[in-house]
Order: sequence, then C-alpha cells, then structure tokens
Amino acid sequence: MKFNWFRFSSPATFYGLAGRLAPWSAALALLTGALALYWGFFETPDRLGGSNPQKEYYRIIFIHVASAWLSMWLYVVLAAWSAIGLVFNTRLSYMMAVSVAPTGAIFTFLALFTGSFWGRPSWGTWWDWDPRLTSELILFFLYVGYLALHSAIDDARRADRASALLAIVGLVCVPVIFWSINCPDPNQCAALHQRSSMSQIDGNILFAMLTLTFSFWMYSFYTSFHRVRNIILLREADTTWVNEQLAREGGA
Amino acid sequence: MSEFLAQGGYAFYVWSCYGMGVLLLAAEIVGLRRRRRTILARLGRLKRMHEAEVSK
Repeated sequence: MKFNWFRFSSPATFYGLAGRLAPWSAALALLTGALALYWGFFETPDRLGGSNPQKEYYRIIFIHVASAWLSMWLYVVLAAWSAIGLVFNTRLSYMMAVSVAPTGAIFTFLALFTGSFWGRPSWGTWWDWDPRLTSELILFFLYVGYLALHSAIDDARRADRASALLAIVGLVCVPVIFWSINCPDPNQCAALHQRSSMSQIDGNILFAMLTLTFSFWMYSFYTSFHRVRNIILLREADTTWVNEQLAREGGA
Repeated sequence: MSEFLAQGGYAFYVWSCYGMGVLLLAAEIVGLRRRRRTILARLGRLKRMHEAEVSK
C-alpha cells in the first residue's frame, strides 16, 4: 500500500487528525506526569551524596531537567518545521512551527526559573553568567524574538517565511547549550552548572526524570495540536470546509 | 504529611518550582481554550452576517 504523507499536509485533513490525537496526548501527559511526581517524591532518597549532600531541594531536578530538555528539543522541532516550510512551501509546516513556539518558550522559562530556585540553596546564588545559564537565556530570547517577529508582520505568509529564517539561524544556539557544561578546563571557564552524570544517577531518580520528560513531551503535543487547530480555523476562515465545521461545532 | 510538605526545610524552593510549573501549564491550556471559543464565536458571527447579506 502506498501511503500518501502529503495528504496530511492539507490543513483541512490535519485539523481533524489533530483533534483526534489531542485528547490522547493530554491523557498520556496526565498519567505519566502523575506517575513521575509520585515516584520522584516518594520513591527517592531525601538526601544525596556524602559530606556536602544535595538535600531535599535536589527534587527540583525532575521538573528542571525535563523542561530544559523540552526547551531544546522543541526548538529543534520549531527549526525543522520552519525548514520544511521553506523547502516545500507547505502552509501547514509554518502553522506547526508557530504552534510549537509558545510551549517551547514556556519550558525555557521554566528551566531558567527552576534552575534559579535550585541554584539558590545549592550554590548560594539565584543567577550566574555561567555558559549553560547564559546560553539557555539566549534560547529564551530566541523564542520570544521568533514570536514577536511573527506577530509584527501582518501578512501571514510573509510572517511565516521571515520568522522561519530567524528560527533556522537561531538553531546554532542549541548545540552551544548542549555542550556548554563540558568545559575542558574549569579554571578557564568558570562553570557553576554540574556536568551531566547520567551513568551515576540513582535508578529511581532517573526513572522519575525520564517519565516527567515524556509527560512534558506529550503535553507539548497536546498544546501544539490545540494551537494549530486555532490557527487553521483563523487562516482558512473563508473556505467551505470551515463553514461546514462551524455548523457541526455549533460555533455561535 | 507535614513532613512531606516541609521537604526538609526546603519547601519554599521545591514548591515554588512545581507551583510555577503547574501555573504556567494550566495558564497555557486555559488560554488556548479561551482563544478557541473566541475564534469560533467570531467565525460564527461572520458566517451569519454573510448569510444575512446573501438572503437580502
């Protein structure tokens, strides 16, 4: 059987598909989120490490790491949809890009906020111009810049193309964030942020962290499906299928 | 229970993080739903205006 992927690049078809997938994503996000929080708070030790332990505040790790991973991943998704839009000139790809960006911005802010509230008890400071923190802050500005540029241009197709370009150029920030903790010589770059030590991590902590990341990922599916449906309705307002849809949904 | 809420004296830091997380995600969902209702109402109004125009 030959499957035609471009069938779903039609906004009218995707509107229905997104509507069917959204409740499943939301349900998965809720279930895994509840499991992750239960596991993170009740199945993990209260303190970690030896003479100078991470105390209960290390439990911020679950929400911090999950939102930080999602902030980077959603930017990759944003840039990918933008690139697909520019290459194939498909309207839906741009709409997906615009739909992902606000959720990405929220997770970036959350990563910075939770990092700050973790830094205060463990490092003694809310903020430091450390490579990891600084590059994550730049990522937040990139998301905000993308959204601001998109909303500043009235013509939707021009806005799509201009902001897509910005998203693709901004992609350089993601590998910088990713490798910013692997400072070769700590004396040369004063990095406060811990290195990633996934192999030494306690299994229960890792499980809660990965489960919450999955939950946030499903949440992102839910919000971008929801948002893309809003955008499709607005942009296709003049078409017959939207009119029929309005009659069905009783849009009063 | 109170021991759980206290988080070893770090309640402020731990619950601020999870509170902000819940707040932001809930706000996003509420905003999305409200936006959808506004759009449907607007398109419905436009449709009725258009139909009234045609039947004149």
